[in-house]
Amino acid sequence: MKKIAVLTALVLVLAAASPAALSNADSGYSYNYDFWGEEIHSPNPYAVKKTLTHIELGLEDKLSKAQGLFVKDNLIYICDTGNNRIIVIECVDEEYNVKEIIDSFEGAELNTFNSPNDIFVTDEHYFIADTENNRIVKLTKDLQFVMEFTKPDDINFDQSITFLPSKIIVDGADRVFCLVKRVNKGIVKYENDGKFNGFVGATPVTYDLLDYIWKTWIASDAQADAMSDFVPTEYDNIATDNEGFMYVVTANFYEGSLSDGSVDPIRRLNSLGNDILVQNGDWVVIGDLNWADEGVYTGASRMVDITALDDGTYFALDRIRGRIFGYDDQGNILCCFGGNGNKDGYFRMPTALEHMGHDLLVLDSQDAQLTVLTPTFYGKKIFSAIYEYQQGRYDKSAEEWKEVLMINGNNELAYKGIGRALLRQDKYEEAMSYFKIKYSDKNYGDAFQLYRKQWVEDHIVLIFIVIILVLVVPLLIGRIKKVRWEVKAFENDSKKNN
Amino acid sequence: MKTTARRIIDFFTNRAAYDRFFKSLRYALYVIVHPFDGFWDLTHEKRGSLAAANFILILSLLTSVFRLEFTTFQFIKVNLERANFLIEMLGILLPFIIFVITNWALTTLFDGKGTLKDVWISSAYAMTPYPLIVIPNTILSNFLAEEEDTFNYFFHDFSIVWAALLFISAIMMVHAYSIGKTILVILFTFVGMAVVIFLLLLFFSLISDAGAYFYSLYREVIFRLY
Repeated sequence: MKKIAVLTALVLVLAAASPAALSNADSGYSYNYDFWGEEIHSPNPYAVKKTLTHIELGLEDKLSKAQGLFVKDNLIYICDTGNNRIIVIECVDEEYNVKEIIDSFEGAELNTFNSPNDIFVTDEHYFIADTENNRIVKLTKDLQFVMEFTKPDDINFDQSITFLPSKIIVDGADRVFCLVKRVNKGIVKYENDGKFNGFVGATPVTYDLLDYIWKTWIASDAQADAMSDFVPTEYDNIATDNEGFMYVVTANFYEGSLSDGSVDPIRRLNSLGNDILVQNGDWVVIGDLNWADEGVYTGASRMVDITALDDGTYFALDRIRGRIFGYDDQGNILCCFGGNGNKDGYFRMPTALEHMGHDLLVLDSQDAQLTVLTPTFYGKKIFSAIYEYQQGRYDKSAEEWKEVLMINGNNELAYKGIGRALLRQDKYEEAMSYFKIKYSDKNYGDAFQLYRKQWVEDHIVLIFIVIILVLVVPLLIGRIKKVRWEVKAFENDSKKNN
Repeated sequence: MKTTARRIIDFFTNRAAYDRFFKSLRYALYVIVHPFDGFWDLTHEKRGSLAAANFILILSLLTSVFRLEFTTFQFIKVNLERANFLIEMLGILLPFIIFVITNWALTTLFDGKGTLKDVWISSAYAMTPYPLIVIPNTILSNFLAEEEDTFNYFFHDFSIVWAALLFISAIMMVHAYSIGKTILVILFTFVGMAVVIFLLLLFFSLISDAGAYFYSLYREVIFRLY
């Protein structure tokens, strides 16, 4: 009887200590890409904390075609597009409750929304992309109308199309940056007085000569229409990071051009509209590196939204396979997780991604629900390792990476992080072994140069002895041989003379 | 009457044969620095040997694998799980064989003096700089850092350029051509190689189709009879 009790206790302890227990075994297939671009299974970095539908939120109407999501401090704003309202949810102590519902405001003739697609909240104002009313409205926090941004009355803006603002962000000076449906010249920028101030950050247009010749002279009109236009592509979503740069994603690209880096599905724009996304990882920032066509899920990842966390990491949401891809500020892939399906943590038609601290919020328009994902122990360790590194506490960071390695021995960044810390502690040889495992050639080269220098300094006497031996001994031998030969010749001579 | 075992033992203990082999192998070192009279004497004066030529060829194949395996990972990254070293070696051996045969076939039409054996031997001798430079280069790469990769690439490319120049002079001398005619013949050889490869592919696909035909015939008979 006692034996059984001991055994049971042992099994329980083992079960608690196993990696599965650490990484919330019930949800999802998470993976990562190794140096060779092959999928490597990894523990789940995120687990579902909560799913919120209208029932959990205590609302009468189901969310309908919800498109927009925004988080400010502990408030979550959902654009319930089909119901023409904005739901504000307050998060207090892990409890999510509806704080208010915005469906009308005061001070304007047209004081309701028609298919609001996005919302941005500053300290004092709401900015709402009121899509079907062809305007962006600016409201105070107590729902007083301030002003509206309408279709630019400008020669640069194509007057023939209907003005359908879909996604907006606002900078620190209340300037509005807006993505307009069917406008591909870039992001529409407004001054804070509502004046149109041109386009920012259109994608560079690339085409090769052969395509151009083919399309202009050889292809028939119908063929030419079917071919892609040589125009910039439309962006699909936009987000800001804490440094004030814009992250934009686009799903319109030719997937054959992904691997050579000539198209960027994810871009980080500075105020001039130039792409400044850092891509120092082993692979380009494109989501999935290789893909099989499974039924309706074909082709490359098509990002629908992106969110940038405060520590420089960013997460992008793929609408084809419902996956979320995480990257660090250097463009190294951190994790891939999620998928299509009906289970918690899976999505059917994800439309928006936001973050609250390190939690990720995914809005699914078809499931009509908001999924809150929170980092697992494994995910938290990765974040804290990155955080410690950014704070300059490299040794602390290496400690965290070591714990990551305990859970996942395949984590590329952990090896590099530990290697870099060892390098700073002048343990070159150990650092080299860590870099070598993950083919980090630049880092290995740095460590090796230092190691070689140290080795030469330590063995300088030995090196000199070897050089002297190599140079002097043959000389001596030659000398001795010559002397012997001369002696012999002399002897022979004297013999002959005698 | 000698037994087979006796013959094998004789073969491996024949001192004179070893001497001939090493002498003809050592001659490769002369050839690479004196290509014109070196290659002339190689075949016309019988200074080279088939054994030494094959030795150099096999050494070159092994060198190419050695380079992939033992160059520091900073310069060449090989996914050892996916690499197939036999395929790697065939990538050099097959073009070599096709080149030699095509070249011989062409030059017999354009009054070249060399036999198939002569072309084989001198082409193999022309590869000498490759193992000679790449083996030390590979070992030395392990003492270099990532920034110093230029040394490694330079010496590797240098050995290939040297071997290519030796190839040209080998073809020139073995057939007793002028330089212009040599280059023309080499260009034609490349065209001929393409034709040979095309014919080989055609041949193999036809053979496999024919095989499939007879196999399906066999299956048909089997299904009918049982």
